[in-house]
Amino acid sequence: MNSLKYLTNGLLKENPAFVLVLGTCPTLAVTTAAINGLGMGVAATFVLICSNLLISALKNVIPNKVRIPAFIVIIATFVTIVDLVMQAYTPDLYKALGVFIPLIVVNCIILGRAEAFAQKNSVLHSVLDAIGMGIGFTMALFIMGSIREIIGNGSILNHQLLSEDAKTILLFLMPPGAFITYGFLIALVNSIKKKFNI
Amino acid sequence: MSKKLESTLLNMVLSLTIIGVTMSAALGFVYTKTKYPIEKSNKQNIINAIQAVLPEFDNDPLSEKEIVNDLEFYCARKNGKIVGYAVKTFSMKGFNGLISLMVGLKPDGTIYKIRVLEQKETPGLGSKMTDPSFIEQFLDKNPGSYKLKVKKDGGDVDAITASTITSRAFCDALQRSYDALKSKQNNNDNVTSDEIKNINNSDSVSKIPVNKVKGGEK
Repeated sequence: MNSLKYLTNGLLKENPAFVLVLGTCPTLAVTTAAINGLGMGVAATFVLICSNLLISALKNVIPNKVRIPAFIVIIATFVTIVDLVMQAYTPDLYKALGVFIPLIVVNCIILGRAEAFAQKNSVLHSVLDAIGMGIGFTMALFIMGSIREIIGNGSILNHQLLSEDAKTILLFLMPPGAFITYGFLIALVNSIKKKFNI
Repeated sequence: MSKKLESTLLNMVLSLTIIGVTMSAALGFVYTKTKYPIEKSNKQNIINAIQAVLPEFDNDPLSEKEIVNDLEFYCARKNGKIVGYAVKTFSMKGFNGLISLMVGLKPDGTIYKIRVLEQKETPGLGSKMTDPSFIEQFLDKNPGSYKLKVKKDGGDVDAITASTITSRAFCDALQRSYDALKSKQNNNDNVTSDEIKNINNSDSVSKIPVNKVKGGEK
Protein backbone atom coordinates (compact mmCIF):
# COMPACT_ATOMS: atom_id res chain seq x y z
CA MET A 1 0.00 0.00 0.00
CA ASN A 2 2.77 2.34 0.98
CA SER A 3 4.48 1.77 -2.34
CA LEU A 4 1.63 3.48 -4.13
CA LYS A 5 2.61 6.86 -2.80
CA TYR A 6 5.93 6.66 -4.66
CA LEU A 7 3.99 6.22 -7.87
CA THR A 8 1.63 9.13 -7.36
CA ASN A 9 4.33 11.39 -5.97
CA GLY A 10 5.48 12.58 -9.36
CA LEU A 11 2.04 13.21 -10.79
CA LEU A 12 1.14 16.38 -8.92
CA LYS A 13 2.76 16.66 -5.49
CA GLU A 14 6.29 16.66 -6.85
CA ASN A 15 5.60 17.06 -10.53
CA PRO A 16 9.09 17.40 -12.01
CA ALA A 17 8.18 20.16 -14.47
CA PHE A 18 5.66 22.24 -12.53
CA VAL A 19 6.70 21.78 -8.91
CA LEU A 20 10.36 20.76 -8.86
CA VAL A 21 10.99 22.93 -11.95
CA LEU A 22 13.56 20.45 -13.27
CA GLY A 23 14.24 19.75 -16.93
CA THR A 24 13.07 23.19 -17.94
CA CYS A 25 15.09 23.22 -21.16
CA PRO A 26 13.14 20.43 -22.92
CA THR A 27 9.90 21.62 -21.31
CA LEU A 28 10.24 24.99 -23.00
CA ALA A 29 11.98 23.96 -26.19
CA VAL A 30 10.14 20.93 -27.54
CA THR A 31 6.57 21.83 -26.64
CA THR A 32 5.71 23.68 -29.85
CA ALA A 33 3.28 20.86 -30.65
CA ALA A 34 1.43 18.34 -28.50
CA ILE A 35 2.93 15.36 -30.29
CA ASN A 36 6.49 16.62 -29.71
CA GLY A 37 5.80 16.97 -26.00
CA LEU A 38 4.35 13.48 -25.87
CA GLY A 39 7.30 11.94 -27.73
CA MET A 40 9.88 13.70 -25.61
CA GLY A 41 8.02 12.70 -22.45
CA VAL A 42 7.83 9.04 -23.40
CA ALA A 43 11.51 8.91 -24.39
CA ALA A 44 12.56 10.59 -21.14
CA THR A 45 10.30 8.26 -19.14
CA PHE A 46 11.91 5.21 -20.71
CA VAL A 47 15.39 6.46 -19.87
CA LEU A 48 14.27 7.41 -16.38
CA ILE A 49 12.85 3.97 -15.63
CA CYS A 50 15.92 2.15 -16.97
CA SER A 51 18.42 4.38 -15.21
CA ASN A 52 16.53 4.36 -11.90
CA LEU A 53 16.27 0.58 -12.07
CA LEU A 54 19.95 0.02 -12.78
CA ILE A 55 21.23 2.67 -10.40
CA SER A 56 19.18 1.44 -7.46
CA ALA A 57 20.31 -2.11 -8.23
CA LEU A 58 23.95 -1.06 -8.32
CA LYS A 59 23.78 1.43 -5.47
CA ASN A 60 25.91 -0.69 -3.15
CA VAL A 61 28.72 -1.34 -5.60
CA ILE A 62 29.13 2.27 -6.75
CA PRO A 63 31.57 4.04 -4.42
CA ASN A 64 30.22 7.36 -3.22
CA LYS A 65 33.00 9.50 -4.66
CA VAL A 66 32.52 8.32 -8.24
CA ARG A 67 28.75 8.05 -8.22
CA ILE A 68 28.12 10.98 -10.56
CA PRO A 69 30.38 9.69 -13.38
CA ALA A 70 28.86 6.25 -12.96
CA PHE A 71 25.31 7.66 -13.18
CA ILE A 72 26.18 9.71 -16.25
CA VAL A 73 27.65 6.69 -18.06
CA ILE A 74 24.53 4.65 -17.31
CA ILE A 75 22.15 7.44 -18.34
CA ALA A 76 24.11 8.25 -21.51
CA THR A 77 24.00 4.62 -22.55
CA PHE A 78 20.23 4.45 -22.25
CA VAL A 79 19.82 7.74 -24.08
CA THR A 80 21.93 6.49 -26.97
CA ILE A 81 19.88 3.30 -27.07
CA VAL A 82 16.66 5.35 -27.26
CA ASP A 83 18.27 7.50 -29.96
CA LEU A 84 19.21 4.50 -32.11
CA VAL A 85 15.92 2.67 -31.61
CA MET A 86 13.84 5.73 -32.48
CA GLN A 87 15.98 6.40 -35.54
CA ALA A 88 15.42 2.84 -36.67
CA TYR A 89 11.74 2.33 -35.94
CA THR A 90 10.06 5.75 -35.64
CA PRO A 91 11.94 7.97 -38.11
CA ASP A 92 9.17 10.60 -38.24
CA LEU A 93 9.18 11.14 -34.50
CA TYR A 94 12.96 11.11 -34.57
CA LYS A 95 12.93 13.90 -37.13
CA ALA A 96 10.62 16.00 -34.98
CA LEU A 97 12.57 15.53 -31.74
CA GLY A 98 15.96 15.57 -33.44
CA VAL A 99 18.48 17.35 -31.26
CA PHE A 100 16.56 16.95 -28.02
CA ILE A 101 17.15 13.22 -27.62
CA PRO A 102 20.87 13.51 -26.86
CA LEU A 103 19.94 16.29 -24.45
CA ILE A 104 18.06 13.82 -22.26
CA VAL A 105 21.54 12.94 -20.92
CA VAL A 106 21.76 16.28 -19.18
CA ASN A 107 18.07 16.43 -18.27
CA CYS A 108 18.18 17.26 -14.58
CA ILE A 109 15.15 15.11 -13.85
CA ILE A 110 16.99 11.90 -14.64
CA LEU A 111 20.20 12.70 -12.80
CA GLY A 112 18.11 14.34 -10.08
CA ARG A 113 16.01 11.24 -9.45
CA ALA A 114 19.11 9.02 -9.56
CA GLU A 115 20.84 11.21 -7.00
CA ALA A 116 17.87 12.02 -4.77
CA PHE A 117 15.92 8.79 -4.93
CA ALA A 118 17.31 5.74 -6.71
CA GLN A 119 20.62 5.57 -4.87
CA LYS A 120 18.84 5.52 -1.51
CA ASN A 121 15.82 3.34 -2.19
CA SER A 122 14.96 -0.19 -3.22
CA VAL A 123 14.66 -1.25 -6.84
CA LEU A 124 10.87 -1.54 -6.69
CA HIS A 125 10.38 1.89 -5.17
CA SER A 126 12.85 3.42 -7.61
CA VAL A 127 10.99 2.01 -10.58
CA LEU A 128 7.65 3.20 -9.19
CA ASP A 129 9.14 6.62 -8.60
CA ALA A 130 10.50 6.69 -12.17
CA ILE A 131 7.13 5.71 -13.63
CA GLY A 132 5.35 8.38 -11.60
CA MET A 133 7.90 11.06 -12.42
CA GLY A 134 7.88 10.03 -16.07
CA ILE A 135 4.11 10.21 -16.33
CA GLY A 136 4.12 13.55 -14.54
CA PHE A 137 6.75 14.91 -16.90
CA THR A 138 5.01 13.55 -19.99
CA MET A 139 1.69 15.00 -18.81
CA ALA A 140 3.29 18.38 -18.22
CA LEU A 141 4.90 18.42 -21.68
CA PHE A 142 1.70 17.25 -23.34
CA ILE A 143 -0.41 19.94 -21.64
CA MET A 144 2.15 22.63 -22.52
CA GLY A 145 2.33 21.41 -26.11
CA SER A 146 -1.45 21.25 -26.47
CA ILE A 147 -1.99 24.77 -25.18
CA ARG A 148 0.74 26.21 -27.37
CA GLU A 149 -0.38 24.31 -30.46
CA ILE A 150 -4.04 25.30 -30.04
CA ILE A 151 -3.35 28.98 -29.38
CA GLY A 152 -0.45 29.30 -31.78
CA ASN A 153 -1.49 27.14 -34.69
CA GLY A 154 -5.18 26.33 -34.17
CA SER A 155 -4.55 22.62 -34.34
CA ILE A 156 -4.02 19.68 -32.03
CA LEU A 157 -2.19 16.44 -32.89
CA ASN A 158 -2.44 17.36 -36.58
CA HIS A 159 -6.21 17.93 -36.41
CA GLN A 160 -7.04 21.44 -37.51
CA LEU A 161 -9.44 22.90 -34.92
CA LEU A 162 -9.73 26.42 -36.28
CA SER A 163 -9.93 27.32 -39.92
CA GLU A 164 -6.65 27.83 -41.75
CA ASP A 165 -7.27 31.57 -41.97
CA ALA A 166 -8.07 32.05 -38.31
CA LYS A 167 -5.84 34.57 -36.61
CA THR A 168 -3.76 32.56 -34.16
CA ILE A 169 -1.25 33.98 -31.73
CA LEU A 170 2.08 32.99 -33.23
CA LEU A 171 3.90 34.22 -30.16
CA PHE A 172 2.85 31.05 -28.39
CA LEU A 173 4.89 28.93 -30.77
CA MET A 174 7.99 30.94 -30.03
CA PRO A 175 10.18 30.91 -26.91
CA PRO A 176 8.40 33.83 -25.16
CA GLY A 177 5.11 31.95 -25.53
CA ALA A 178 6.71 28.95 -23.87
CA PHE A 179 7.68 31.02 -20.84
CA ILE A 180 4.22 32.61 -20.63
CA THR A 181 2.46 29.24 -20.81
CA TYR A 182 4.91 27.73 -18.33
CA GLY A 183 4.36 30.56 -15.85
CA PHE A 184 0.59 30.27 -15.97
CA LEU A 185 0.71 26.49 -15.61
CA ILE A 186 3.03 26.68 -12.60
CA ALA A 187 0.67 29.20 -10.99
CA LEU A 188 -2.29 26.94 -11.72
CA VAL A 189 -0.59 23.87 -10.24
CA ASN A 190 0.43 25.87 -7.17
CA SER A 191 -3.10 27.07 -6.56
CA ILE A 192 -4.51 23.57 -7.01
CA LYS A 193 -1.97 22.25 -4.55
CA LYS A 194 -2.88 24.94 -2.03
CA LYS A 195 -6.60 24.44 -2.41
CA PHE A 196 -6.52 20.69 -1.89
CA ASN A 197 -3.65 20.87 0.57
CA ILE A 198 -1.51 18.36 -1.27
CA MET B 1 20.84 -3.32 3.93
CA SER B 2 24.41 -4.07 3.03
CA LYS B 3 26.94 -1.30 3.31
CA LYS B 4 28.00 0.86 0.43
CA LEU B 5 31.35 0.06 -1.15
CA GLU B 6 34.05 2.28 0.27
CA SER B 7 35.62 4.94 -1.91
CA THR B 8 39.10 3.46 -2.11
CA LEU B 9 41.10 3.94 -5.29
CA LEU B 10 40.83 0.29 -6.25
CA ASN B 11 37.07 0.22 -5.73
CA MET B 12 36.52 3.37 -7.72
CA VAL B 13 38.66 2.23 -10.65
CA LEU B 14 37.11 -1.23 -10.63
CA SER B 15 33.48 -0.14 -10.48
CA LEU B 16 33.85 2.57 -13.10
CA THR B 17 35.70 0.19 -15.43
CA ILE B 18 33.12 -2.53 -15.05
CA ILE B 19 30.23 -0.12 -15.59
CA GLY B 20 31.97 1.42 -18.60
CA VAL B 21 32.72 -1.92 -20.25
CA THR B 22 29.24 -3.37 -19.66
CA MET B 23 27.55 -0.24 -20.97
CA SER B 24 29.77 -0.19 -24.07
CA ALA B 25 28.89 -3.80 -24.75
CA ALA B 26 25.18 -3.01 -24.45
CA LEU B 27 25.58 -0.06 -26.82
CA GLY B 28 27.48 -2.14 -29.33
CA PHE B 29 24.75 -4.75 -29.27
CA VAL B 30 21.97 -2.21 -29.88
CA TYR B 31 24.03 -0.53 -32.59
CA THR B 32 24.43 -3.73 -34.57
CA LYS B 33 20.74 -4.55 -34.11
CA THR B 34 19.53 -1.14 -35.32
CA LYS B 35 22.14 -0.50 -38.00
CA TYR B 36 20.23 -2.24 -40.76
CA PRO B 37 16.77 -0.75 -39.98
CA ILE B 38 18.29 2.74 -39.78
CA GLU B 39 19.94 2.35 -43.18
CA LYS B 40 16.73 0.94 -44.57
CA SER B 41 14.60 3.79 -43.27
CA ASN B 42 17.07 6.40 -44.54
CA LYS B 43 17.07 4.75 -47.94
CA GLN B 44 13.27 4.51 -47.91
CA ASN B 45 13.08 8.24 -47.14
CA ILE B 46 15.21 9.04 -50.16
CA ILE B 47 13.22 6.72 -52.42
CA ASN B 48 9.94 8.25 -51.24
CA ALA B 49 11.26 11.74 -51.85
CA ILE B 50 12.53 10.84 -55.32
CA GLN B 51 9.19 9.33 -56.26
CA ALA B 52 7.39 12.38 -54.95
CA VAL B 53 9.34 14.89 -57.01
CA LEU B 54 9.73 13.16 -60.38
CA PRO B 55 7.43 12.08 -63.19
CA GLU B 56 6.98 8.36 -63.70
CA PHE B 57 10.19 6.43 -64.25
CA ASP B 58 11.18 2.78 -64.59
CA ASN B 59 14.83 2.63 -63.59
CA ASP B 60 16.44 2.62 -60.17
CA PRO B 61 17.62 6.20 -59.57
CA LEU B 62 19.58 5.13 -56.51
CA SER B 63 21.93 3.14 -58.73
CA GLU B 64 22.56 6.22 -60.89
CA LYS B 65 23.62 8.47 -58.10
CA GLU B 66 26.10 11.21 -58.97
CA ILE B 67 27.65 13.96 -56.93
CA VAL B 68 27.77 17.35 -58.64
CA ASN B 69 28.85 20.49 -56.78
CA ASP B 70 28.41 18.55 -53.53
CA LEU B 71 24.76 17.80 -54.35
CA GLU B 72 23.37 14.30 -54.81
CA PHE B 73 21.85 13.75 -58.26
CA TYR B 74 19.51 10.85 -58.94
CA CYS B 75 18.84 10.32 -62.61
CA ALA B 76 15.39 8.97 -63.51
CA ARG B 77 14.74 7.30 -66.88
CA LYS B 78 11.76 5.89 -68.63
CA ASN B 79 12.47 3.48 -71.49
CA GLY B 80 16.09 4.62 -71.30
CA LYS B 81 15.26 8.31 -71.82
CA ILE B 82 16.05 10.74 -69.03
CA VAL B 83 12.80 12.12 -67.64
CA GLY B 84 14.35 14.17 -64.87
CA TYR B 85 16.78 14.46 -62.02
CA ALA B 86 15.99 14.37 -58.34
CA VAL B 87 18.47 16.68 -56.67
CA LYS B 88 19.06 16.73 -52.96
CA THR B 89 19.87 20.34 -52.35
CA PHE B 90 20.32 22.51 -49.30
CA SER B 91 20.78 26.00 -47.98
CA MET B 92 22.53 27.12 -44.83
CA LYS B 93 20.78 30.49 -44.94
CA GLY B 94 17.61 29.39 -43.17
CA PHE B 95 16.45 31.21 -40.08
CA ASN B 96 17.64 28.29 -37.97
CA GLY B 97 20.37 27.00 -40.26
CA LEU B 98 20.11 24.04 -42.56
CA ILE B 99 17.21 23.59 -44.96
CA SER B 100 17.29 20.46 -47.07
CA LEU B 101 15.10 19.91 -50.13
CA MET B 102 14.58 17.24 -52.74
CA VAL B 103 13.94 18.98 -56.04
CA GLY B 104 12.74 17.26 -59.20
CA LEU B 105 14.23 18.96 -62.25
CA LYS B 106 13.31 18.16 -65.82
CA PRO B 107 16.34 17.83 -68.10
CA ASP B 108 15.94 21.44 -69.26
CA GLY B 109 16.03 22.66 -65.65
CA THR B 110 12.31 23.23 -65.19
CA ILE B 111 11.21 22.54 -61.63
CA TYR B 112 8.85 19.60 -61.56
CA LYS B 113 8.11 19.11 -57.88
CA ILE B 114 9.70 19.96 -54.55
CA ARG B 115 9.74 18.16 -51.27
CA VAL B 116 11.11 19.52 -48.02
CA LEU B 117 13.38 16.95 -46.39
CA GLU B 118 14.58 18.86 -43.38
CA GLN B 119 13.91 22.25 -41.85
CA LYS B 120 14.10 23.79 -38.42
CA GLU B 121 12.31 27.05 -39.21
CA THR B 122 10.05 28.76 -36.68
CA PRO B 123 6.82 26.77 -36.36
CA GLY B 124 3.90 28.71 -37.78
CA LEU B 125 6.13 31.18 -39.61
CA GLY B 126 9.06 29.78 -41.56
CA SER B 127 7.68 26.26 -41.28
CA LYS B 128 5.01 27.34 -43.78
CA MET B 129 7.66 26.63 -46.39
CA THR B 130 6.32 23.09 -46.36
CA ASP B 131 2.81 24.31 -47.29
CA PRO B 132 1.70 23.53 -50.84
CA SER B 133 0.45 27.13 -51.16
CA PHE B 134 4.04 28.36 -50.96
CA ILE B 135 5.67 25.59 -52.98
CA GLU B 136 3.13 25.66 -55.82
CA GLN B 137 4.44 28.95 -57.19
CA PHE B 138 7.74 27.29 -58.14
CA LEU B 139 6.28 24.35 -60.02
CA ASP B 140 6.76 24.27 -63.78
CA LYS B 141 8.99 27.32 -63.59
CA ASN B 142 12.40 27.35 -65.23
CA PRO B 143 14.97 29.17 -63.10
CA GLY B 144 16.64 30.20 -66.37
CA SER B 145 13.84 32.71 -66.93
CA TYR B 146 12.11 32.73 -63.56
CA LYS B 147 14.04 34.82 -61.08
CA LEU B 148 14.54 32.79 -57.92
CA LYS B 149 14.47 35.75 -55.59
CA VAL B 150 11.78 37.17 -53.37
CA LYS B 151 9.93 40.18 -54.76
CA LYS B 152 11.59 42.40 -52.17
CA ASP B 153 14.95 41.59 -53.78
CA GLY B 154 13.65 42.12 -57.30
CA GLY B 155 12.73 38.52 -58.08
CA ASP B 156 9.51 36.69 -58.93
CA VAL B 157 8.87 34.81 -55.70
CA ASP B 158 6.08 35.64 -53.25
CA ALA B 159 7.74 35.37 -49.87
CA ILE B 160 5.99 33.79 -46.87
CA THR B 161 4.49 36.50 -44.69
CA ALA B 162 6.94 37.46 -41.94
CA SER B 163 9.45 34.86 -43.15
CA THR B 164 11.55 36.56 -45.79
CA ILE B 165 14.71 34.88 -44.55
CA THR B 166 13.18 31.44 -44.93
CA SER B 167 11.87 32.30 -48.37
CA ARG B 168 15.31 33.54 -49.43
CA ALA B 169 16.91 30.35 -48.17
CA PHE B 170 14.34 28.28 -50.07
CA CYS B 171 15.21 30.17 -53.27
CA ASP B 172 18.91 29.76 -52.50
CA ALA B 173 18.49 25.98 -52.26
CA LEU B 174 16.53 25.83 -55.53
CA GLN B 175 19.08 28.01 -57.31
CA ARG B 176 21.84 25.73 -56.07
CA SER B 177 20.17 22.68 -57.58
CA TYR B 178 19.62 24.47 -60.89
CA ASP B 179 23.22 25.70 -61.04
CA ALA B 180 24.47 22.20 -60.27
CA LEU B 181 22.36 20.76 -63.07
CA LYS B 182 23.78 23.31 -65.48
CA SER B 183 27.36 22.63 -64.50
CA LYS B 184 26.73 18.89 -64.72
CA GLN B 185 25.38 19.26 -68.25
CA ASN B 186 28.33 21.47 -69.16
CA ASN B 187 30.76 18.90 -67.84
CA ASN B 188 29.11 16.10 -69.78
CA ASP B 189 29.35 18.20 -72.90
CA ASN B 190 33.00 18.97 -72.34
CA VAL B 191 33.86 15.35 -71.78
CA THR B 192 32.49 14.31 -75.17
CA SER B 193 33.69 17.24 -77.24
CA ASP B 194 36.88 17.82 -75.27
CA GLU B 195 36.43 21.54 -75.60
CA ILE B 196 37.71 24.05 -73.13
CA LYS B 197 35.03 25.93 -71.26
CA ASN B 198 35.01 29.44 -72.68
CA ILE B 199 32.98 31.17 -75.36
CA ASN B 200 31.28 27.98 -76.47
CA ASN B 201 30.15 27.54 -72.94
CA SER B 202 27.14 29.81 -73.17
CA ASP B 203 26.10 28.16 -76.41
CA SER B 204 26.22 24.65 -75.07
CA VAL B 205 24.15 25.66 -72.08
CA SER B 206 21.22 26.60 -74.24
CA LYS B 207 21.56 23.82 -76.80
CA ILE B 208 22.02 20.69 -74.75
CA PRO B 209 18.91 20.97 -72.62
CA VAL B 210 16.65 21.56 -75.62
CA ASN B 211 17.73 18.30 -77.22
CA LYS B 212 17.21 16.46 -74.00
CA VAL B 213 13.73 17.85 -73.50
CA LYS B 214 12.63 16.55 -76.86
CA GLY B 215 13.95 13.13 -75.90
CA GLY B 216 12.27 13.24 -72.54
CA GLU B 217 8.85 14.17 -73.84
CA LYS B 218 8.47 11.33 -76.30
